[in-house]
Amino acid sequence: MSIWEYANPKKFLATTERVMPTLWISSAALISVGLVWGFFFTPDDYRQGSTVKIIFLHVPSALMAINAWFMMLVTSLVWVIRRHHVSALAARAAAPVGVVMTLIALVTGAIWGQPMWGTWWAWDPRLTSFLVLFLFYLGYIALWEAIDNPDTAADLTSILCLVGSVFAVLSRYAVNFWNQGLHQGASLSLDKEENVADVFSNPLYVCMAGFVLLFIALVFYRTGTEIRARRIKALIARERLEA
Amino acid sequence: MIALLFRDLKLALRAGGGFGLGLAFFLIVTVMVPFSVGPQSELLARIAPGVLWLGALLACLLSLDRLLALDWEDGSLDLLATAPLPLEGTVTIKALAHWITTGLPLVLAAPVLGVLLNLPVQGFLWLLVSLLLGTPALSVIGTFGAALTVGLKRGGLLLSLLVMPLYVPTLIFGAEVARRGAEGLAVQTPLLLLAGISAASIALLPFASAAVLRVNLR
Amino acid sequence: MTLTVTDLSVARGGLPVLEGVSFNLRPGSALILRGPNGIGKTTLLRTLAGLQPPLAGRVEGAEEQVAYAAHSDGLKPTLTVAENLTFWASVFGQNGIDAALDAFDLQALRDRAAGALSAGQKRRLGLSRMLVTGRPVWIMDEPTVSLDTAAVAMFANAVRAHLGQGGSALIATHIDLGLEAEVLDAGLFKAKPPALDDFDGGFL
Repeated sequence: MSIWEYANPKKFLATTERVMPTLWISSAALISVGLVWGFFFTPDDYRQGSTVKIIFLHVPSALMAINAWFMMLVTSLVWVIRRHHVSALAARAAAPVGVVMTLIALVTGAIWGQPMWGTWWAWDPRLTSFLVLFLFYLGYIALWEAIDNPDTAADLTSILCLVGSVFAVLSRYAVNFWNQGLHQGASLSLDKEENVADVFSNPLYVCMAGFVLLFIALVFYRTGTEIRARRIKALIARERLEA
Repeated sequence: MIALLFRDLKLALRAGGGFGLGLAFFLIVTVMVPFSVGPQSELLARIAPGVLWLGALLACLLSLDRLLALDWEDGSLDLLATAPLPLEGTVTIKALAHWITTGLPLVLAAPVLGVLLNLPVQGFLWLLVSLLLGTPALSVIGTFGAALTVGLKRGGLLLSLLVMPLYVPTLIFGAEVARRGAEGLAVQTPLLLLAGISAASIALLPFASAAVLRVNLR
Repeated sequence: MTLTVTDLSVARGGLPVLEGVSFNLRPGSALILRGPNGIGKTTLLRTLAGLQPPLAGRVEGAEEQVAYAAHSDGLKPTLTVAENLTFWASVFGQNGIDAALDAFDLQALRDRAAGALSAGQKRRLGLSRMLVTGRPVWIMDEPTVSLDTAAVAMFANAVRAHLGQGGSALIATHIDLGLEAEVLDAGLFKAKPPALDDFDGGFL
């Protein structure tokens, strides 16, 4: 039994279809519990008032925006090294989810920033890095869409993802250097004295877990779609070949 | 390899080679800036380093889609891939030829255009140095983008979309050197970072470009 | 140097087109590749030239030995005939292009820009490139396209001379070049599609 068995599209489809209902339900449950808990059963912050509660959308989506790219990096590497088609298709499936997460993080950030900083947008390093990440996502998706041959597309996008990751990290540091910003420090971290208070962090954890499960569910679902699309494409090509 | 370099330079200089187009574009963009932001010389002096860097970057971008596409269309790329030259060498030479025909003229023209934008006197040296260090990175990164999109029919726009985010660090550090130079501040840190990005790109990216080109050729 | 191909399968666009291709190409011999359009001749030749990886099987004796002539000639219209040829000669580490110009009767055109040549003249220039590579194994894809009878004879003579010097040639063509050559029919190696329900990593 090894994880590579799931590189077989059939096996992957069969397994994910079994776990899909659980994933959908548990992510929906976690997100609703987390959001209801966060929105209605936490106190207002003494400085930020009730605006602070957007954190329950902002932080989980920002988390997934970065981790989606990280997942694409890993699956791209698996494709480049082991050439498992499911891996490449999973990377393709994750990109639109990642771009939406990035967009949610940017929009909720703007909505939060308006009352707090008095502006919708500032060229703060964190905000700017997310905008750059958004551009990377767009380029990656556009390249997938532009190429007909699926294997070529998988190869090219994988290399773009690898090179892009390096440049994304570089951009992060460049942007930090370029402008020290307004954004507060990380809301949650393991080694910091001052974190978000427990009343806020507990529902936040629930929301984050919900977003992680939602992301996994969406990626499984979309990968299944990609696999079927690939299969149809292959069958059509095969018919042409036989004719 | 030298033969390839000379051929590319010769092609750029002959009719239809597009030599000087990037330079003309750089000039046009720079001339357009005062029209869009107004003629106040203090304002122009303040934005001059950034505008010149952005103009150089755009002019560089403009010529990228011909970098490999012409060789792809006439079959030279297939033949070069079967030649004794490693493909990594080929793309490096292509990037070098691009830099000589596009990047270097931009560097040399930038001070002249700096005059048009009221660039402060102490800024000229650092503008020149930052462009000299940064434009090779633009060429090498651009070659990677050109290799990615070489097989595509309408690759031009996609090429810009792919390459622009990769240009972000170079632009930030390059323009920062030029800005600090113009304001008389210390430039050492961004200058070293810019040089680092250029050096690392030149050393590593040709491998990625060659890998991508191999995929596109098969 | 013998080019040995063993049980080679090649794919186009992810689909296997030819399988089980095996042959030897010994020095001094030529092999004519035939087969209907779309069977995968070009794909096979590109694989042998090292431009794409084989699906299965082995190719031995091709590395750094093959000169490949594709459908397009890789000519730069703004360079002269001599400049085009000199460039390829120096890429392959050779010098002297006069023999190649003589073989294809291009001496009179040597200073004309390649863009001003007729289709047949361009093709002759493209083929003369093979002579300046110094490579022993010629792999050529439809070399006689747009050539007239005299030029085809020129080409056949060049191949004959190349074989006489211990070179070898694999040529995909439908024209009888008058060479003593074996014929390889690509149609015999047409890949059979794998069973339908066996859908694994390759989706076929």
